[in-house]
Amino acid sequence: MLQGSVVVVASALYLALLFAVAYWGDKRADAGRSVIANPTIYALSMAVYCTTWTYYGSVGRASAMGVGFLPIYLGPTLVMALGGFLLLKMIRTAKANRITSIADFIASRYGKSQLLGGLVTIIAVIGIVPYISLQLKAVASSYDLIVGYPVLKAVTGGGEPVLADTTFWIALILAAFTILFGTRHLDATERHEGMVAAVALESVVKLAAFGAVGLFVTYSLYDGIGDLFARALADPGLQKLMTVSADGSYSTWFSLTFLAGLAILFLPRQFQVTVVENVSEAHLKRAIWLFPLYLFLINLFVLPIALGGLLRFAGEGINADTFVLTLPMSAGHELLALFVFVGGLSAATGMVIVETIALSTMVCNDLVMPLLLRTRALALHAERDLSWLLLAIRRGAILVILLLGYLYFRLAGDAYALVGIGLISFSAVAQFAPAMIGGMYWRGGTRDGALAGLLAGFLVWTYTLLLPSFSKSGWLPANFVSDGPFGIELLKPHQLFGLSGLDDISHCLFWSFAANIGAYVVVSLLRAPTAAEASQATQFVDALKTSRPVGSALWRGSADAGELVALVGRFLGPARAETAFAAYARRHQLVDIGRAEADADLVHYAESLLAGAIGSASARAMVASVAKEEPLSLAEVMNILDEASQLRTYSRELERKSKELEAATAELKAANDRLLELDRLKDDFMASVSHELRTPLTSIRAFSEILRDDPKTALQDRERFLGIIVSETERLTRLVNQILDMAKIESGNAEWLVEDVDLRAVVEQSVAATSQLFRDRDVALTLDLADALPVLRADRDRMMQVVINLLSNAVKFAPPVAGRVDVRLWHGDGQLHVSVTDNGPGIRAEDQKVIFERFRQGGDAMTSKPTGTGLGLPISRKIVEYFGGRLWVESTPGQGASFIFSLPLPTTGRETGE
Amino acid sequence: MSKKILIADDEQNIVISVEFLMRREGYEVSVAGDGEAALERIRADKPDLVLLDVMMPKKNGFDVCQEVRADPAFAAMRILMLTARGRDTEVAKGLALGADGYMTKPFSTKELVDKVRELLA
Repeated sequence: MLQGSVVVVASALYLALLFAVAYWGDKRADAGRSVIANPTIYALSMAVYCTTWTYYGSVGRASAMGVGFLPIYLGPTLVMALGGFLLLKMIRTAKANRITSIADFIASRYGKSQLLGGLVTIIAVIGIVPYISLQLKAVASSYDLIVGYPVLKAVTGGGEPVLADTTFWIALILAAFTILFGTRHLDATERHEGMVAAVALESVVKLAAFGAVGLFVTYSLYDGIGDLFARALADPGLQKLMTVSADGSYSTWFSLTFLAGLAILFLPRQFQVTVVENVSEAHLKRAIWLFPLYLFLINLFVLPIALGGLLRFAGEGINADTFVLTLPMSAGHELLALFVFVGGLSAATGMVIVETIALSTMVCNDLVMPLLLRTRALALHAERDLSWLLLAIRRGAILVILLLGYLYFRLAGDAYALVGIGLISFSAVAQFAPAMIGGMYWRGGTRDGALAGLLAGFLVWTYTLLLPSFSKSGWLPANFVSDGPFGIELLKPHQLFGLSGLDDISHCLFWSFAANIGAYVVVSLLRAPTAAEASQATQFVDALKTSRPVGSALWRGSADAGELVALVGRFLGPARAETAFAAYARRHQLVDIGRAEADADLVHYAESLLAGAIGSASARAMVASVAKEEPLSLAEVMNILDEASQLRTYSRELERKSKELEAATAELKAANDRLLELDRLKDDFMASVSHELRTPLTSIRAFSEILRDDPKTALQDRERFLGIIVSETERLTRLVNQILDMAKIESGNAEWLVEDVDLRAVVEQSVAATSQLFRDRDVALTLDLADALPVLRADRDRMMQVVINLLSNAVKFAPPVAGRVDVRLWHGDGQLHVSVTDNGPGIRAEDQKVIFERFRQGGDAMTSKPTGTGLGLPISRKIVEYFGGRLWVESTPGQGASFIFSLPLPTTGRETGE
Repeated sequence: MSKKILIADDEQNIVISVEFLMRREGYEVSVAGDGEAALERIRADKPDLVLLDVMMPKKNGFDVCQEVRADPAFAAMRILMLTARGRDTEVAKGLALGADGYMTKPFSTKELVDKVRELLA
C-alpha cells in the first residue's frame, strides 16, 4: 500500500506541472508564438474524449461483455474518417460567426435565439453533470483503493460527512484548478491555448500509463497475448467474452456506435477542443487519422487487462472497473500503480477542465447573461466595465457545476457502473444532432422547430433514461421501471408503447430520435423562416461556399460609434475594446472611430466582438439596445441573399464563359493555322503552275523570236525549231487540260459517269491506245489478265485515264535496252487489282510518297528530268480514291517499280437489287 | 578571243534555243543538264558567264550560285539567273547569293542578248 501523503504529493506535483504547461502555453500565445498551432497537438487535445470512463471503465465493460466496449471508439473513428466535411463546416461556420459553444452555435443558427441557447445549455448541464460526477467518483475510488489496499473500501455516495469525503475535496480542487485554467482572462474568441496544451499533455500521459499497465499485465504477469488468450479460452466463463453473440447485440452495437459518433461531434468538450479551439482548418487533416490511431492504441490492451484481471481475481469479487489499478497493486508494483493513478487523474482532470469550461461558457453566455440583461438597470445603466461580472459568472458556474457533479455522486453515484453513466450523457448530447446537422444542411429549419425537437427529444431522454436512473438510486419507487408509472404497462420507461427487445440505450435512442427529428421537421415546416432565421440559415448552410454575404449586408439602421465602443468596452474591458477598435480603424483607414456614425460594417464588427464574449444571442440583443435598427423584412433578406447567390452564379457563369472563350480561342488558333497552311499550299500550287506554264512558253517565245528576227535561218534549223514550238504547244495544252481536270476533281465539280465497267476491257483498250508508245521505245509488254471478272461500278473513261497514265509512265521509265512492262489484273478480297510493273531505275523510298503530290516528280534520282506534267499520278490517285479504291507504288531502287491500284466491287446486296 | 558561256538548264528545248542565240552572238557555249554537272563544267571550263536555271535536278541554281561565290577563284565570273519562278523573294534571294542578274522565263531574246552583252562588257 502507498502512503496517502505520497499519492497526494505526486498528484499535486502532476497538477502543478499541468498548470505550468498551461501557463507557458498562454504566455506563448500572448507573445504570438502559439504552441498549439500544430496538428499533432490538435489531435491529442481531441483525445480528451477518453476519460476515466475509457481508462477504468473499458476494462470493466470488457470484463462483462468482451468486445462490447468497442462501439464507443468505433463511432468516433467512423465520424473522423467519413465526417471530415461535417467538422470542416462546423469549424468554418464557428469561426465566421465567432461561435463560443455548441449552445451558441444552435442559437446563432436559428436567428440568434436566446431561448434556444438557454434550452441547449440546460440540456447540456443536466446531461453532463452525471458524466462529471463519474470522473469525481473514479478519482476518489482510485485514491481510496491505492491508499487503502488491500482493504477494498466501497466508495458510495452515503455514509461519511461531506467534509471527510475525498470526493468533495477532489471536486473543490478541480474547480479551483479549472478556474485557474479557464477563466484567467476573457478572450474574444473564447480560446484557451494553455488549456489545450495541457490537455494534449494529459492525453500523452494517460496513454502512456494505460500502455504501461497493459504491457505489465500481458508480458510480466502472463507470457504475452497468446498465453493470456489461451488461458482465457480454457475457462468456459471467459470464452464468451471473445465473441459477439449476446442477444440483440447488433442493435446495441449499432446504437452505441451511432451515439458515440454523435458524441464526438456534440459533447460540449469535444466541440470546445475540435471547433472553438481549432487554430487552423488544415490541422483537421492530421487529426482525422491521428485521433483514430490514438483510440486504437488506448484500446489495444483493454481485453488483455480484463482477461488478466478475471483470471487472477477469479472469485474474489473485485470490481472489474479497478483492474487497471488492482493488478499492479496485487503484484506489489506500487510505483506502476502510482503512475496508473496519475494517468487516471489525467483522464479525469482533462475531461473535467474542458467540460466545465465549455459548460460555464454556455451557462454564462446563454443562460445567466440573457437573464441579467433583461433587468434594465444592469443592461443599460450599470457600471461601465462588466467584464469582471462575466468572469465571476463563469467562475461561479464552474464551481456550481462541479458541486452538482458531487451532489449527483452523493445521491446516485453507486447505482451504475461507469459505462452506464457515460452512455446516459451521450444520449443527452445526441439530442443536439437534428438541430445541428439539420441547421447546417437544411435552410427550412426554424427556431420553433429546433425548440420543439430539442424539447421532445430531451423529454423522452428524461423519461426513458434519467428517471429510471433515479429509480435505481431509490429516489423514485422501483416499480416505476418494472410496472410503469401508476402501473400503466404501455408507459414502462424501458418498453415505451410496448417496444421491447432493445437494451435501454437503444430504446431511448429510438424513441428520442423519433420524437426529436419528427418535431423538428414538422414544426419547422409549419411556417416559413423569418428574416433573421433565413439570413442565419444562409450563413450556416453556405458556410463552405466562397462568396457568402457577410452579416453586415443584412443589417440596416443607424448607430453611434461611440456608444458601440462603450458597449463593447463594458463586456470586454475598456482597454481590450480600445485595442480592437483601433485595429478596425487601421484596417479601414478611419481617423477617429468614436465620433463617426457607425456603418453596418462597424456594427457587425462590434457585434462579433461581443459575440465572442457573451454569445451571439446576447450580443445581438445588446447591439440592438444601442442601435436604431430598421428591421429587414423577410422579402428584403431574401432579396439580399438572392443577390448574393446570383452574384455567385454570375461569377461561376463568368468562370465557365472564360473557360469556353479560352477553348474557342485555341480552336480559332488551330483553324487559323490550318488556313495558313492551306494558304501556303495554295501559294505553292500557284507557283508550281506558273513554273510549269512558263517553261514551255519560254521555248515557244524564244524560237518564235529567233524565226521572226532572222528570216534567213537555215531551213534545217527552221524545221527543227517549228517542230519544238509545236510539241511545246502540245505540252502546254496537256498541262492546261490536266490542271483544269485536277481543279475540277478537287473542287468536286468533275462529272462522273458511273456505269458497269468491265475492267479487263478497260485495260485492253488502254494497252491498245498506248501501243504506239511501246513500239516507239521498243519496250516489251506482257499481259496477265484474269477472266470472268465481276463488273465494277465506275466511270469507264476515268478508269482508262488511270491505266493509260500508269502505262505511259512505265514505258517512259523502262530502260531503252531490254525494257519491259508487265500488266496484271486479278480478283481477290472483294476487290479488283491492277498492277503495272516496269524494269526501270525504280523509285527511292523517300520519293515514293512525293510522286503522288502535284508537280512533284521523283526527278532528283535521275540524270535527266522526266517529261510529263507532274499531275498524272495525283489525278490518277484522286480518281481511284473517288471510287473507294487505293493507288500505291512498290519499288526497290534499281529493280523497277510496280504501280498497283485496287477497287472495291459493289456489294452483293446491291447486285441483286439491280 | 571569244567569251565562254555555260548554259545550265534541265529543259532541253530551252537549252537549244539559248545555245542557238549565244552561238549566233559569237560566244563559245557549253551545256549542263543539272546542278552538279553545272559545277563540274564551271570548274573545268571556267566560263566567263553562266546562264543558270534555278529549278534543276540534283542541285538547284541557288546552291550552285552560292558554291561558286564561295570560291575566290571564280570571283570574276558573271552569273545570270534564269527562272520560271518570278516571285520577288526569289529574285532577291538570287541577287543576295551573288548573282549578277536575273531574268524571268519566258524572256525576250533581245533582252537576254543585251543583258549578256552588258554583263560581259
